[in-house]
Amino acid sequence: MFGKLIHKKSFGLAIVLFVFFLILPLFVSRFYIYIFALIFVTGLLATSLNIVLGYGGMFQFHHSVFYGVGAYGFVLMLTKTDLSPLFAFIVGPIVAALISLIMGLICIRLTKLYFGMLQLALGSLIWATVFRWYSFTGGDNGIHGIPLPSIISSTSGAYYFTLIITAICLIFMYLIVNSPFGSVFQAIRDNPERSEAIGVNVKRHQLIGLMIAGFFAGVAGILFVTVEGSVFPDMMFWTFSLEILIMCLLGGWFTFLGPMFGAAIIVSLRTFVGIYTEYWTLILGIVLMLLIFFLPEGVLGYFVERFKPHDKAVLSGEK
Amino acid sequence: MEFASNITLSALFQQVLVGLSKTTILFIVASGLSLILGVLRIPNVAHGSLYMIGAFLTYTIAMFLGGGSTGFWLALILAPIGVGLVSIIIERGLFCHLYEREHLILLLFTFAFTLVFGDLVKLVWGSDYRSISAPEIFQGSFSVMGLPFPRYNLFLLFIGPLVALGLWLLANKTKIGKISRAAAVDREMVGAVGINVSWVFCFVFVIGCVLAGLGGALVAPTQNITQGMDHTIIIEAFLIVIIGGLGNMWGAVLGALIFGLTDSIGILVWPQFAIVFPYTAVVIVLVFFPRGLLKSTW
Repeated sequence: MFGKLIHKKSFGLAIVLFVFFLILPLFVSRFYIYIFALIFVTGLLATSLNIVLGYGGMFQFHHSVFYGVGAYGFVLMLTKTDLSPLFAFIVGPIVAALISLIMGLICIRLTKLYFGMLQLALGSLIWATVFRWYSFTGGDNGIHGIPLPSIISSTSGAYYFTLIITAICLIFMYLIVNSPFGSVFQAIRDNPERSEAIGVNVKRHQLIGLMIAGFFAGVAGILFVTVEGSVFPDMMFWTFSLEILIMCLLGGWFTFLGPMFGAAIIVSLRTFVGIYTEYWTLILGIVLMLLIFFLPEGVLGYFVERFKPHDKAVLSGEK
Repeated sequence: MEFASNITLSALFQQVLVGLSKTTILFIVASGLSLILGVLRIPNVAHGSLYMIGAFLTYTIAMFLGGGSTGFWLALILAPIGVGLVSIIIERGLFCHLYEREHLILLLFTFAFTLVFGDLVKLVWGSDYRSISAPEIFQGSFSVMGLPFPRYNLFLLFIGPLVALGLWLLANKTKIGKISRAAAVDREMVGAVGINVSWVFCFVFVIGCVLAGLGGALVAPTQNITQGMDHTIIIEAFLIVIIGGLGNMWGAVLGALIFGLTDSIGILVWPQFAIVFPYTAVVIVLVFFPRGLLKSTW
């Protein structure tokens, strides 16, 4: 079964990469460890968005809401209850998946731009509530100094935790998009009417897809808290959602690892260009414009198309 | 907290008036956005940036002309024109090559403009707060049932319907307006009868952006002109357009009314959560009317 699913070459590459990242903290400074952890978190978030965006063809405009909900669910369980931290780890993503289901039930009646806009409205409602509810969520200040379990509270502890969870989540997501469910999901993207006609329950598949994406975004939210040690409402503001969309576009949303790649580009750009100039978003904006004009398939998508034409045909369907 | 502690009839009336003047700004910005969405089908996120640029330009022009009343009135005319010039450049330079692309790509492309404009504004004007005062005749306030109401807001209450009337006349009584409405429904057909659709689109885009600039110019005396005002207004404008119906001008009026009034009444009822009221109203409307209250041009 796995032989069919995973190319031997890319499987080997994945192992090498994983081992590389495992031993990386021995060689680089704490600052770089932190940046890499941030890349994993953001990459996981972008990959989870790409499940519904690239594979499902749904305009998920406000994905960062689930990221924020997962993070806040986790933090509030840790700070407001006396339950075991393990419980908080489970609650975060599940709450994110539930919110995703509820928002999905409302939005799913619409498609494309209308779907995205309605989601933007619902997500903004959640953002506004979190932003103003000082007594519960800390309002616009957020919550800082979160009592994390000691094993993941150090920089390298958080790094290893993030690396391992991200790797596990990526494997799960890879299996999902290559499962029969994933194939049906992509068929719906390419032609919802025809899928409906051959007896596929389009709405149910889309709802499940949304829940999966919400769940993994929630996991990313938890990882963000372990890396950063705080939560704040800006992580679910709509501009951040569009930034995640940019990551998917930048890496290429017809490839599985494209969003991860895009996240790495954006996080590094923000960090390293940010050192030299405070106008890094100006550069990001110009990069994005050039990208849309010249590389609509994304950076990784471009290379996949260039060097492996048969793979591209499989990944992007009939596009 | 202070839930519903100070609601009196006069306070309610005052808040409704304040809400209506906010509605004016929201309507002017949202109608421009709606126009671009309806005719060009571009979800123009950069609309909020143009609004911000309009506000900053108003400040600069008014200060350049001495900061008095004449300065403000001239700025009110010149700032939207300046924004219009910027929009001609970006439309002819970039957007006109992208009309056939997917909505998502267009959305991200306009978001790229938001990023660029945001930083350009920071470069030109710095990150300090700016504020200008209203012209002398509209300074101060008069009393409405015992509570103060700024004179400038009264001016806004007159401007709103005026802009709506102007837009209605433009769309229904002029040739270019009729062509634009036709292009919104079927752009190939309009092209087939020998009209240069590209220039029609440019015209509509510029009108929409001028409205954003006008909104920014009008709002300048009522609040601090600052970075980040683009992010707030654009999400509000988008929600208004959605609940009103894409591309429908009366929808923008209705949506702005719903948003502005729930916002100002929210401030009265529950100040801490005032921001939640309009969003809740939007969600309630969309649960029952997913495609907006009025017919969209899509």
